[in-house]
Amino acid sequence: MESFLLILLIFMIVGSIIAIETKNLLSSVISCGVVGFSVSIAFLMLGAPDIAITQVVVEILILVVLIRATITIDNTSIEEHWDTFAVVSSLIFFGLFLVFAFLAVKDLPPFGEPSMRVSQQYLETALQKTGAANVVTSIILDFRGYDTLGEATVLFTSIVGAFVILRRRGRKQRSAADTEKVGILTEEEIKEEYEEFRE
Amino acid sequence: MATKPDIMISDGPKGMTPIVKTVVRFAMGIIFMFGWYIILYGHLTPGGGFAGGVILACGYVILTLAFGKELGLRKLSDMGASIIDNTAALLFAVVPMFGFLFGWYFLNFLDKGRPFQLFSAGNIPLYNIFIGFKVTASLFAIFMALSIFGRFVSKLVDEEEEG
Amino acid sequence: MILYFLTLVLFVMGVYCLIAKKNIVKKIIGLVIIDYAINLFIILIGYRRDGVAPILFKDMPMEEFARHSVDPLPQALVLTSIVIGLGVLALQVAICLRLYEKYKTFNMSEINRLKG
Repeated sequence: MESFLLILLIFMIVGSIIAIETKNLLSSVISCGVVGFSVSIAFLMLGAPDIAITQVVVEILILVVLIRATITIDNTSIEEHWDTFAVVSSLIFFGLFLVFAFLAVKDLPPFGEPSMRVSQQYLETALQKTGAANVVTSIILDFRGYDTLGEATVLFTSIVGAFVILRRRGRKQRSAADTEKVGILTEEEIKEEYEEFRE
Repeated sequence: MATKPDIMISDGPKGMTPIVKTVVRFAMGIIFMFGWYIILYGHLTPGGGFAGGVILACGYVILTLAFGKELGLRKLSDMGASIIDNTAALLFAVVPMFGFLFGWYFLNFLDKGRPFQLFSAGNIPLYNIFIGFKVTASLFAIFMALSIFGRFVSKLVDEEEEG
Repeated sequence: MILYFLTLVLFVMGVYCLIAKKNIVKKIIGLVIIDYAINLFIILIGYRRDGVAPILFKDMPMEEFARHSVDPLPQALVLTSIVIGLGVLALQVAICLRLYEKYKTFNMSEINRLKG
């Protein structure tokens, strides 16, 4: 079990190195997908099938959005000159970070023996209190409903922010932009826009 | 979600090749059924509103990618998606307020029923359905905005540069 | 122990990609990798050895389930966090598209040069 997770984590690190260092953007995005699906397998091994399902589907959607929205517009690989200051300073910082992380990880509860003070209560009483067999669902929707409400608000805010950024007109024609529909155009509107630009 | 057979059958020039369209036509019903199963059985089996909502959004996305954006927008228009999104978010905030009648916010006031049945666990299946609707609508709307609108912006920029 | 440390190494990979790379899409990929690493770290802390998933079945005795199940609380927190990550990624891609519309490139140093 632990050795399998070790192999999976090393696989993830190799995948992330490839995703970071490769020149082609498409292969970089696909290597990022390798990391995501390995994370999903790790969730399944760790006794979290809810999160494994969610992670698989979200990973597919991330790949579709990244490829469809960014890669197909511009796939030119950027010639990077070696930025010595950024690389050296980040390497020094990460060396220090990993040393302190290694010291701090010793104080955490060891792997396989969590300290479950609140969770033990949830596990024992969730079925009588809520009637739901899935303890995770009973936590996110009953015991900690405020948390889920906040997370739904964050999702709503991020989507609204993306729509505002993708507004059709910029700051110049503010009064016209406020009356127009935000976001998606129909076919006729796109044709009209093209006609305007041709003229 | 009522399918119109004339659109689904015709292999028009829009979208991908007929192979992809045939496979999507077979897989479509199974994907939506699985998404609704994940949402409705979220309190008994692994899953819930978040996972099922993302699965349903993936179903609409694959429909859009395979058949072109007209079909995707006809199944779930942008205005409809935003209305569903706002309504579900509002319901998820308002329905727990009825708990004040019996005690406190987020009180599980409906009948809990017998455990391990579909209609059990009080309010939890209701909240699961709200969250599923919300996640489906918002993720599909953002996908349509990013893919179609972003593509259109870049074309516009190129044209402006040339002309 | 070593698993925690390797997860932090994955986190550091993401931060390095975020700092040192010039392409905006690469930066977004770095943020996605950071997201994975933190979610995995939180789930690893809540694992109990030879544990079962926190989902009850009909013929399962209650005491044995409570003694053997893994920690459900980190799972509940991470489940929402994954979907939030997708929403935030959409926001990042939207900003990225706006930048491309203005400067016609994804290169960060090029954008800096054009701005000044």
